[in-house]
Amino acid sequence: MTVSTLSPPARPSIAGPGRTTGGRRFRNALATLLIVAAVVTAMIPLIWVVVFVVQKGGEVFSWHFLTSDIPIISQSLGGGMWPAIVGTLVITGGATLMAVPLGVLGGIYLNEYGQKSHFARVIRFLSEVMTGVPSIVMGLFVYTIWVLRFKEQTGFAGALALACLMLPVVIRTTEEMLRLVPSELREGSYALGSRKVRTIRTVVLPEAAPGIVSGALLAVARAAGETAPLLFTIGIVTKPNWNLFEGSNTALSAQIFRNASSPFVGAQARAYGAALTLIVIVFLFTALARVFTVLYSRRVAGGM
Amino acid sequence: MGVVMSEATTTPATVGDVLTRPPADVPEDADATPEPDPEQRDVVFELRNVEISYSGVTAVRDVNLDVVAHQITAFIGPSGCGKTTVLRSLNRMHDITPGAAVRGSITYHGEDLYGPKVDAAEVRRRIGMVFQKPNPFPKSIHDNVAYGPRINGQRRGDLDDLVQQALERAALWDEVKDKLKKSALGLSGGQQQRLCIARAIAVQPDVILMDEPCSALDPIATARIEDLMEELKNQYTIVIVTHNMQQAARVSDRTAFFTAEVTDGQRVGKLVEFDDTERIFTQPSDPRTEGYITGRFG
Repeated sequence: MTVSTLSPPARPSIAGPGRTTGGRRFRNALATLLIVAAVVTAMIPLIWVVVFVVQKGGEVFSWHFLTSDIPIISQSLGGGMWPAIVGTLVITGGATLMAVPLGVLGGIYLNEYGQKSHFARVIRFLSEVMTGVPSIVMGLFVYTIWVLRFKEQTGFAGALALACLMLPVVIRTTEEMLRLVPSELREGSYALGSRKVRTIRTVVLPEAAPGIVSGALLAVARAAGETAPLLFTIGIVTKPNWNLFEGSNTALSAQIFRNASSPFVGAQARAYGAALTLIVIVFLFTALARVFTVLYSRRVAGGM
Repeated sequence: MGVVMSEATTTPATVGDVLTRPPADVPEDADATPEPDPEQRDVVFELRNVEISYSGVTAVRDVNLDVVAHQITAFIGPSGCGKTTVLRSLNRMHDITPGAAVRGSITYHGEDLYGPKVDAAEVRRRIGMVFQKPNPFPKSIHDNVAYGPRINGQRRGDLDDLVQQALERAALWDEVKDKLKKSALGLSGGQQQRLCIARAIAVQPDVILMDEPCSALDPIATARIEDLMEELKNQYTIVIVTHNMQQAARVSDRTAFFTAEVTDGQRVGKLVEFDDTERIFTQPSDPRTEGYITGRFG
């Protein structure tokens, strides 16, 4: 090794000028202020909506409201939302049963099998486009191919429309989550003589499960609040209908839409009550899924 | 079950039998016996004119070497010379890399490793692999080791014994015996790598391929793994890729030196020299080998 004959560089003091001068401090304070302001601004509509709905809905929200039928004449005061709760649960449940398994399998195909093939690219592109399709288009689509053919508005038709809406979201989140699984894990499994299906089932999916569950849940929560796809597909009832395949149905979102656009005080109160009920249901499901995800990952991690 | 690959691979009768049986075809004191006649050596892998390419771009070519049973064969050389590429061709790991192609002939106990009827999953059950970065599954320690045997249809009964034996062989049992149900991710890097070795041993392979198994470990953990390799070679054939020449000199019986050459603006790996480790490090026949091991380049 040759020793450098260059003189060592000058070493200015670390407390040198230009580092902590007024200008820098000012910019730091300004940036902090802007960030805090942005967060607060973003929170305002969120909190406002919740407070508003709780306030207005709270006036009618009661056990009676949750368990009574919807009044046949919308002028009347009182009544409840039980049929709409039933409708939301069976329709969203039906949509979830259709869209989640299909979407997860689709995501597995895209990331584990199709990868960069032409077919996979086309599917990926189409599902991206489908994410941007307005929800009312899904409603009209199902109305045309299903309701018109069978001459009946059913909960199932609504579930179909919601499933169409959820499917691309579930496909995309599943693919994204699977992409995050390190390839070292797959290789480790293959190196032990495991085949592809087994590797996916026992190594890849458990690793991606929490993310997939969160993604699916987001899709479910969104679908539960959708109104447009249900407008033409499920009809309207005032008594609970547990049967997804026969007879008209109703849902909380559809009731909010109908009652809120009615001029009568009783109907408007029921709209707020239905909105609060929907928020509570979505909140409960989200909390439940969070608990499930935490418990699941704790079980897989084996408790460190 | 898949294709039976070779008559030389014995089918184990029971689990314990295989893990505890004395090494069958190795003399009691391997070091003292004179080098056996090359004709009589039990050749595990025979590579002839092997060339491996990724999406049409050649990564390494002209590889000719034999891997002998119950020896440690080391691949050394500078980065990008194709050591790992050649290693991964030995258990058909390239099958899962899109665009990778292997030309030339690789035989495993005399059978074409890339023959049309060969089942890659079956190959990997015989030829295990330990990776550069410890990659335990995010499962419990027990389930990590039991993963391979479960694939092979092993039932609950003797699984616990098998897990214990594999962990003992990998010199990890004493450290983990009280926390088998805990996550493998809670172990230190060195422990994780030994767990990966235990996981590979648990499927009772014939060969263990190691891809720079100590590069992420500190010297103490490295020493433990090297001791372990020395012990394991009684039962298994080991091929190890290493960046660390001292490691190759310490543990291996035979060393292959690879280097990368630039032809037509392309870096292509080549096998320069393959000989007994002692010869490679004391009197290499190729000046490039000498240059590398004396630290003149690479």
